[in-house]
Amino acid sequence: MKILEERKLQVYRKGADAFQLDCNKQSAAGSVSQRACVFCGSRVVLYPIADALHLVHGPLGCAAYTWDIRGALSSGPALHRLSFSTDLRELDVIHGGEKKLAKALCQLIDLHQPKTAFVYSTCIVGVIGDDVEAVCKQVSAIKGIPVLPVHSEGFRGTKRDGYRAACEALLKLVGTGSTEGISPVSVNILGDFNIAGEVWIIRDYFEKMGVEVVATLTGDGRVDDVRRAHGAALNLVQCSGSMMHLAKQLEEQRGIPFKRVSYFGIEDMAQALYDTAEFFAKKSPGIVERTAALVSQELATIMPQIAQYRRKLEGRKAAVYVGGAFKAFSLVRALRQLGMKTVMVGSQTGLREDYEELRGLCDEGTIIVDDSNPLELSAFLQEKEVDLFIGGVKERPIAYKLGVGFCDHNHERKEPLAGFLGMLNFAREVYKTVASPVWRLTPRGRRRELSWS
Amino acid sequence: MVVREPFVATRNACKLCAPLGACLALRGVRGTVPFLHGSQGCATYIRRYLISHFREPMDIAVSGFSEATTVFGGRDNLHNGLNNVARQYRPELIGIATTCLPETIGEDVAFLLDEFQPAGDAPFRLVHVATPSYRGTHVDGFHGAVRALVEQLAEGGAAGEGVNVFPGMVSPADLRYLKEVLADFGLEATLLPDYSETLDGPQLDEYQKIAAGGTPVSSVRAMGCARMSLEMGRTLAATGTAAASLESKFGVGRRNLGWPVGVLESDRFFAALSELSGRPTPQKHAAERGRLVDSYVDAHKYVFGRRAVVYGEEDLVVGLASFLAEIGVQPVLCASGGESGRLEEAVKAVTGDAAEGIVIKEGMDFTTIGEVARGLAPDFLIGSSKGYSVARELDVPLIRAGFPIHDRIGAQRVLHLGYRGAQQLFDAVTNTLLGRAQDRSPVGYSYL
Repeated sequence: MKILEERKLQVYRKGADAFQLDCNKQSAAGSVSQRACVFCGSRVVLYPIADALHLVHGPLGCAAYTWDIRGALSSGPALHRLSFSTDLRELDVIHGGEKKLAKALCQLIDLHQPKTAFVYSTCIVGVIGDDVEAVCKQVSAIKGIPVLPVHSEGFRGTKRDGYRAACEALLKLVGTGSTEGISPVSVNILGDFNIAGEVWIIRDYFEKMGVEVVATLTGDGRVDDVRRAHGAALNLVQCSGSMMHLAKQLEEQRGIPFKRVSYFGIEDMAQALYDTAEFFAKKSPGIVERTAALVSQELATIMPQIAQYRRKLEGRKAAVYVGGAFKAFSLVRALRQLGMKTVMVGSQTGLREDYEELRGLCDEGTIIVDDSNPLELSAFLQEKEVDLFIGGVKERPIAYKLGVGFCDHNHERKEPLAGFLGMLNFAREVYKTVASPVWRLTPRGRRRELSWS
Repeated sequence: MVVREPFVATRNACKLCAPLGACLALRGVRGTVPFLHGSQGCATYIRRYLISHFREPMDIAVSGFSEATTVFGGRDNLHNGLNNVARQYRPELIGIATTCLPETIGEDVAFLLDEFQPAGDAPFRLVHVATPSYRGTHVDGFHGAVRALVEQLAEGGAAGEGVNVFPGMVSPADLRYLKEVLADFGLEATLLPDYSETLDGPQLDEYQKIAAGGTPVSSVRAMGCARMSLEMGRTLAATGTAAASLESKFGVGRRNLGWPVGVLESDRFFAALSELSGRPTPQKHAAERGRLVDSYVDAHKYVFGRRAVVYGEEDLVVGLASFLAEIGVQPVLCASGGESGRLEEAVKAVTGDAAEGIVIKEGMDFTTIGEVARGLAPDFLIGSSKGYSVARELDVPLIRAGFPIHDRIGAQRVLHLGYRGAQQLFDAVTNTLLGRAQDRSPVGYSYL
């Protein structure tokens, strides 16, 4: 497999060459990147806010492709699961879509009574010159709720720019609510999207430690919580690619410190709790002990079962390709916990420092790749003879077609993989796919069986 | 009664955008890579949507518009992108579909493709279709791509024995079935598109850059020399289709047929093939028809008078309505997100006496379908998995058919067409109704 000339520096093999990895650049045209666009970045970040109206302004596709495809759960309202589009047509493109947008907003707000409305501008909205900002202001004045434009035209950068646009929209909400009654021992959970109920698992840990969770951004999110998020003493940032901008702004504007955390894998999960406990150690006597007790209790529950899975998985090889590099760190560690070796790891949007860290984490010979594509990924899977591929829906058929096990670690997953319980689910998921007897019937399985015998 | 103004926004759309349909059609041509001229996200979203239905690799390239591209035009991105696809995939053909962005900024894609100089030596063809997502639906994109393939590849010549078949947006199982039937009639047929293998392939030990199968480019070229074109779909426009183009350019006669869903529409289809081939319906298919009608009789009382909501692509809706009417199920709502302007007439033409009791609506979204359906007391829904939220709310079963099916396995294997497809649909409808009644019965008979 020939790697495209303009992509050669985006693939690195540990050990072979001096570390040099090109990243954070526009995908090469025609490379069939696995990345999405600015709109996607904004949409994934804001989507789980369940009592907000999410209106996609533009032709229909962008709203249709994002209708209820994600496992972001809500404990109450579920307005986020509906798909609304201004469905611009040819005449709207010619005459402009402002009137349609205003009317659509007014009707939907009257019907659904949301706490706020997000208006996502897609590609052609900027091009046809709609003043979305003005329409939002006007409707906000009439309806008395914040109506926030999200500048997410697909071509204006990458998914990262979409994250930023979403954070900007959130920043307009934060600070508009009352912080009365918020405990000095309190956090906001940033960058967990409550896929399959993960934020509930995490929230429960913090509450057991005696830490108040003010707002979850944005998993199981509520507008009123976001409005009072500035009352929290600390921001915990997972999925730093998407939420770092918000965390940094809150530090700058409101003096709220932040910590980078991850809730995937035993080590990272425990570290997140310990870091938080340490932060509040002075304000909350006994928190460190409470946390240690909580961690050991959780570990006592899951470790025996994890050990059983480990016995079956020991020595197997895994490939990881995910959206953000930060998740990849956790996955490499979690796989190691299961006795598995990561032989290929990559991300869509990692930064240089992320890849440096990955290099430090991985064994010799591991392939590290930025912004890869199906042909490269399939070639890596074949070359490394992996047993497991971890990715999202777009990676799944690559693995399956080649007779390789697969674990979905993207937004569509229906199993919670975060927290200690999530680690056990993860181990089970990995085991279910690696140990399935179906591989024996595939061409690859037959070949491998022959070569072993 | 308060007359409420219709909603301006589309709420839970019952349609997708045109580039998706174009990509799907292009995946049915051998050695072809679909290429979107537009933003990165368009390709990614469409890939993911199609993967979740077909569960097959779905490589769709994209030029990837940036801010600068949008201001200065996409020439370089388009040309570099085509060369990169050629380098990586070694395609026979790259099918370029535009998205709303280049169409809105007025990019002259045909001109840009004319001046394109391939960097490598390996030859490949280019076909271009304009699919701005503000015009039409995924079905229009699908037919648009098929027409573009024919218009840009087909050549004239001495009339041969070949028959062109334009099946529309059917499943891989449907395509396999059509090929079998056409072969059984001894017809030399070219199906366009044909993703029966490309989107329903076997396990591999060696990754295929472009999945095997599809209509060969050489066969598309020969379509201008066919003796007849069959285009399937009662809601197709009278002009501007692939078959219409072959007729006006090369004088290839055409015949429009409905999707052969159910006995009556299949009879018309088999009669047409019989006429075309000069052969009677092969025994195998006559026997399938016999068994199908026999099963209709065995189960007629279980389904009679039941009420169904039908939705999805317009031609599928027409076919399903015809099938339901012939078994005694009353379609109470026939809805589509498409807006051909021909749905009502087509549904009425195939539903006989049942036509009176049907609300037929184009341009519908799922929220509106749900609102209308609530007042119609349906016993079941039939259509794509996107109607599940409506079915759940109404507490009636959903029988999955058409596109997309994202919540069940085997979407590619759902057979809708012919006597064989009708048998599967009929068994599914009957058994769904029986199972429902059984589960809800206080007695729980295990013998019916």
